[in-house]
Amino acid sequence: MNKMEKALHELAEMDDLAAQGSPIHRLHPAAKLLSTIAYIILTVSFHKYDLTGLMPMLLGPVLLFQLSGIPVRTCFYKLRIVLPLVMAVGLFNPFFDRAPLLQLGTVAVSGGVISMLTLMLKGVFCLMASFLLMATTPIDSLCAALRKLHVPGLLVTLLLLTYRYVGVMTEELAVMTDAYHLRAPGQKGIQVSAWGSFLGQLLLRSMDRAQELYASMLLRGYHDHFHYADIRPFRLPDGLYLGGSILVFLLLRFVPVAALLGSLFVR
Amino acid sequence: MHMADALLAPAVAATMYVASGSVAGVSIHKLKKDDEPQKLPVMAVTAALVFAGQMINYTIPGTGSSGHMCGGMLLSALLGPQAGFLSMIVILAIQCLFFADGGLMALGANVWNMAFYGCFVGYYLIWRPIMGSRLFGEGKGAQRSRIVLASVLGCVLTLQLGAFSVVLETSLSGITELPFGAFLALMQPIHLAIGLVEGLVTAAVLLFVYESRPELLQGVTPVSGAESKRSLKATVAILAVIALLVGGGLSLLASSNPDGLEWALFGNAEEGYSENMGLDEEDYGVSSTAAEKACAIQEATSFLPDYAFADNDTPVGTTVSGVVGSALVAGVALLICLAGGFFRKKHSKI
Repeated sequence: MNKMEKALHELAEMDDLAAQGSPIHRLHPAAKLLSTIAYIILTVSFHKYDLTGLMPMLLGPVLLFQLSGIPVRTCFYKLRIVLPLVMAVGLFNPFFDRAPLLQLGTVAVSGGVISMLTLMLKGVFCLMASFLLMATTPIDSLCAALRKLHVPGLLVTLLLLTYRYVGVMTEELAVMTDAYHLRAPGQKGIQVSAWGSFLGQLLLRSMDRAQELYASMLLRGYHDHFHYADIRPFRLPDGLYLGGSILVFLLLRFVPVAALLGSLFVR
Repeated sequence: MHMADALLAPAVAATMYVASGSVAGVSIHKLKKDDEPQKLPVMAVTAALVFAGQMINYTIPGTGSSGHMCGGMLLSALLGPQAGFLSMIVILAIQCLFFADGGLMALGANVWNMAFYGCFVGYYLIWRPIMGSRLFGEGKGAQRSRIVLASVLGCVLTLQLGAFSVVLETSLSGITELPFGAFLALMQPIHLAIGLVEGLVTAAVLLFVYESRPELLQGVTPVSGAESKRSLKATVAILAVIALLVGGGLSLLASSNPDGLEWALFGNAEEGYSENMGLDEEDYGVSSTAAEKACAIQEATSFLPDYAFADNDTPVGTTVSGVVGSALVAGVALLICLAGGFFRKKHSKI
């Protein structure tokens, strides 16, 4: 399977997850979007040494994953994209910040190690939150929500159209890449003689095709903006979810839950 | 270069959202004024193609490695800077939403680092002036050389600016203990090499478009005439060497003299460079009553992670009870997962 086929597989998997029908899936997409943004802001706002304060934030997404029926492990393969840069930045902390901050028996843990762990956990938690949003919300609903939140129509329509064509183009290029490699066995990538023509040919054909596409859109009654099929009003349960989730995230952020829990067992 | 949410403080992320949002607003206004609704599907299809095209590996001759193409320069050369910028926003949004490549909160910063520099700086400072000039002379061959020069220079410059912004944003967010200068010295040369390869791949695609359909390229007037004597391969080689020298010089300059920048950004001369190197916000800054007041207000209101929470004397919170509590939280999270899995299985059996 080449890189593009993998990407297609990931897209299809997200679509499948978003098509399920749990209570979380049925919520208004705007409520889910705003709640996710609130969660991410609160999570990254933790102090770089506040590892124990950050831990309880895990409970929010874990609970929502279970309520929506999406296994937590499904999001972990995406960590391969998130972690490298976070690791590259965080890995230096233990070398530069060596002041011991915590004594665990005879082992002293330095501030750098704690800040590195905090940074990585923040990365994982934020990934879980945004993955959950996309795994429970189809792109059409999300675009409808973005329109409701007054994101410019041009941008939203462009997002929706591009998403549609990402699948088509990726599939086309996956076939082209396979065909190229079958004719040029043992080569790692596209050779320099075909650098321009490989993508260029598809680019020219597609740009021409886009004109026909616009004509067909007009014939189907397109005028300036799309009509979203499943847009529905923002109801009381949506409001309750939004308010409730933000309240819980605020409590997890500002009440030292881990320390309180621990003090029940340790004096 | 896609930044994850964890690498940014909320205040920095919000600032970048405002900056990118304003440019997006201006771009949308310009496109609406131009009134070319038929451009929308072209933008969408081209954006989708660039998205997929960035996954193609191009073998770099003479080395075992491979490179990719530079989306921002390609889109602005084909669609113009405004339409290119909006298309890049959409590409970055899809990468962030479906592939976790870059965070939702960091989207504003990623748009700035990759789309703004690539489309606006690359177009107005590099592409348009070079394509409008008479550099390399007249004729088709000269035009081709100009395309290569503009692509390579544009990609190198915009990637250097993007890498610089990543370092600046991360450092301002107080995420890394790595000194600003060292971080910069790490990022800039890597992106110089990436920029060179991306520039050459982008140039190859744009040259192909130029050969077949020159009218599709922005700011290029199709010429018919005799070929110039300069061979394209020679031009590419010369340009690569120039870009390497210029970019390498800039990177070295940036890494060997980080104090000037840090002085400008973070502190005054009296406080001393060495104290500022660690980028510990509590150690730098001009002390004055106004600054103290501002600091007090910021401490009361700020979400910036470098301040401990107001009534928390030990920012670490790493008492033994905290550690035990964290372990308990992890246990509870695991239990929730197990319980969820158990109920799902039961449900599916029914």
